[in-house]
Amino acid sequence: MDDSVRMNLYRTMVLIRVFEEAILRDYHADKRPAFDIGAGLVPGEMHLSAGQEPVAAGVCAHLTADDAVTATHRPHHLAIAHGVDLEKLAAEIFGRETGLGRGRGGHMHLFDPQTHFSCSGIIAEGYPPALGQAFAFRRRGTDRIAVAVTGEGAANQGAFHESLNLAALWRLPVVFVVEDNDWGISVPRSASTCVTSNAVRAAGYDMPGERVEDNSVEAVYEAAGRAVARARAGQGPSLIEVHTLRMWGHFEGDAQAYRTDLEGVPGRDPIATYEQALRSAGLLDDGQVKTVNEDAVGRVEAAIDFAKNSPAPAPETATDYVFA
Amino acid sequence: MTTTETPATTATAPTTSARRLTTAKAMVEGIAQEMERDPSVFYLGEDVGAYGGIFSSTTGLLERFGPERVMDTPISESAFLGLAIGAAVEGMRPIAELMFVDFFGVCMDQLYNHMAKIHYESGGNVRVPMVVTTAVGGGYSDGAQHSQCLWGTFAHLPGMKIVVPSTPYDAKGLMTAAIRDDNPVVYMFHKGVMGLPWMAKNPRATGPVPEEPYEVPIGRAAVVREGGDATVVTVSLSVHHALDVAEELAADGIDLEVVDLRSLKPLDRETVLASVAKTGRLLVVDEDYLSYGLSGEIAATVAETDPGLLRSPMRRVAVPDVPIPYAHPLEYAVLPTRDRIREAVHHLVRA
Repeated sequence: MDDSVRMNLYRTMVLIRVFEEAILRDYHADKRPAFDIGAGLVPGEMHLSAGQEPVAAGVCAHLTADDAVTATHRPHHLAIAHGVDLEKLAAEIFGRETGLGRGRGGHMHLFDPQTHFSCSGIIAEGYPPALGQAFAFRRRGTDRIAVAVTGEGAANQGAFHESLNLAALWRLPVVFVVEDNDWGISVPRSASTCVTSNAVRAAGYDMPGERVEDNSVEAVYEAAGRAVARARAGQGPSLIEVHTLRMWGHFEGDAQAYRTDLEGVPGRDPIATYEQALRSAGLLDDGQVKTVNEDAVGRVEAAIDFAKNSPAPAPETATDYVFA
Repeated sequence: MTTTETPATTATAPTTSARRLTTAKAMVEGIAQEMERDPSVFYLGEDVGAYGGIFSSTTGLLERFGPERVMDTPISESAFLGLAIGAAVEGMRPIAELMFVDFFGVCMDQLYNHMAKIHYESGGNVRVPMVVTTAVGGGYSDGAQHSQCLWGTFAHLPGMKIVVPSTPYDAKGLMTAAIRDDNPVVYMFHKGVMGLPWMAKNPRATGPVPEEPYEVPIGRAAVVREGGDATVVTVSLSVHHALDVAEELAADGIDLEVVDLRSLKPLDRETVLASVAKTGRLLVVDEDYLSYGLSGEIAATVAETDPGLLRSPMRRVAVPDVPIPYAHPLEYAVLPTRDRIREAVHHLVRA
């Protein structure tokens, strides 16, 4: 793999982690001593993506802003990797008028027409609209594609299976990605899913299926490269499942008492793992790690400052934008 | 790409058009003319291709426009309605058919959580210009899962416009307006107004339709019969019934005004209020369920504006809160029949 690709994968993952750590900090900053989910500068449910950076970095490295990505209730890593403007993203999370949705959407409902990025807070329901984006791209004679991402829990939903069938039937340029982080909130995949790999379900829809183990960003990159090339060539959809890691709670405030694997989580941090690999390969040293992190911190803190300094939407505009 | 000038808006049916079509044919003509005009318009759904739509909503479109633009789908409503949403987000103008509105339970998430909310959640940055066509209504013993209207359920939820034509003229004009609208529009056609050869029909299911494209504006009701004694506010097939009753009662010296709402979202409250102000009496006829629905909304509109408009208590004829029964005598006991409308009018004008 090209050294510049490897460095870009690393930079993207670091940028995502720094962003999520900043949201984590500001989310909890004014929810002390008693946690009140509706209080503070960033209210509401907050699903952060620490640990799942390899999926976003590895897949989105193959895309341009002309390609579509639909994500889930846990969308920040994919938004960042796909190039959504950090300031508008942060401002939406802070509920500001300058946000992607002018504060109407919130962190689970992000829509960016510039990068064709969107997400859905409803499990598996981000898949069907991705079909339509892919349909429109192909109808216009382009090689643009749509990437549709869900978690492993979504693979048991009807919309997941309907979408795979229709995409294969119509040979739509879609890459279906399943982020298997082992947990559907508190339910382990062993208690929800009858197959050990959702990739095998691809066979039922006559499309290639591949499972990436070990949360390896380079393995994700390779698998996504095959699926993206197939879609761009008009050969139809593919399914990739990545065995990834939810480092933090389902949402902030989740004590994770149900979780039996917590002890091992710090040792499975995919960024630390990749950093070590790149050091061993001679691509990274202390100075470069510092530079990459400082660059990320600079960009993220500028975005957070932009959000905090942006106006809140005026209450009298609450009924605007129902209709065009 | 074929382009034509967008014609001027016409709000009421012309009396001069000699050509008469069924509602179904008028609806199809509206779709076909927009497909000619705008290559981004396409139609998808179950049995909309070779069959031509179970209720003749797409007759002849496949032959004319081919399978690239008139697409039969798998029985996967979430997938193909969602596909329409994504295509609309990317600037196409899909028309997606939900064969019976009763089937919304298998795909409602795509409609109310996605189609209807994306524009708002995006702060107006993303538009979803699409039409959902769906057949509604009973009267032919199709039972509880194939006979509902449910427009109150859809109109309750923000973010989608709801149109419900009762005449061939409005069927074409509202379809044209719906396709051109930059918002999601749910187009609810009653099987009983389509003029189908295999179902009992009212003569009003055939009527004059101009050949050229035209729009009936969404959100504007029509006073389809003027009268001074009482106002009947209704929609869809019940408009036909109300007009039948009005003609009968005219012989008895009762002069009914009939308001066809045509759109439920936005709702033309002004036309309703103006009529009630004139007659002082109000009957709402609704083939949807009685409680928490259209009839209550009309009542609230009057009550919030000026309860003094009413000279006597208003009345409602709707489906009592019961699933639509199968057996003919039972079904016709709950539908808003001419008999129930006539009886309600008598109570109203005697009060």
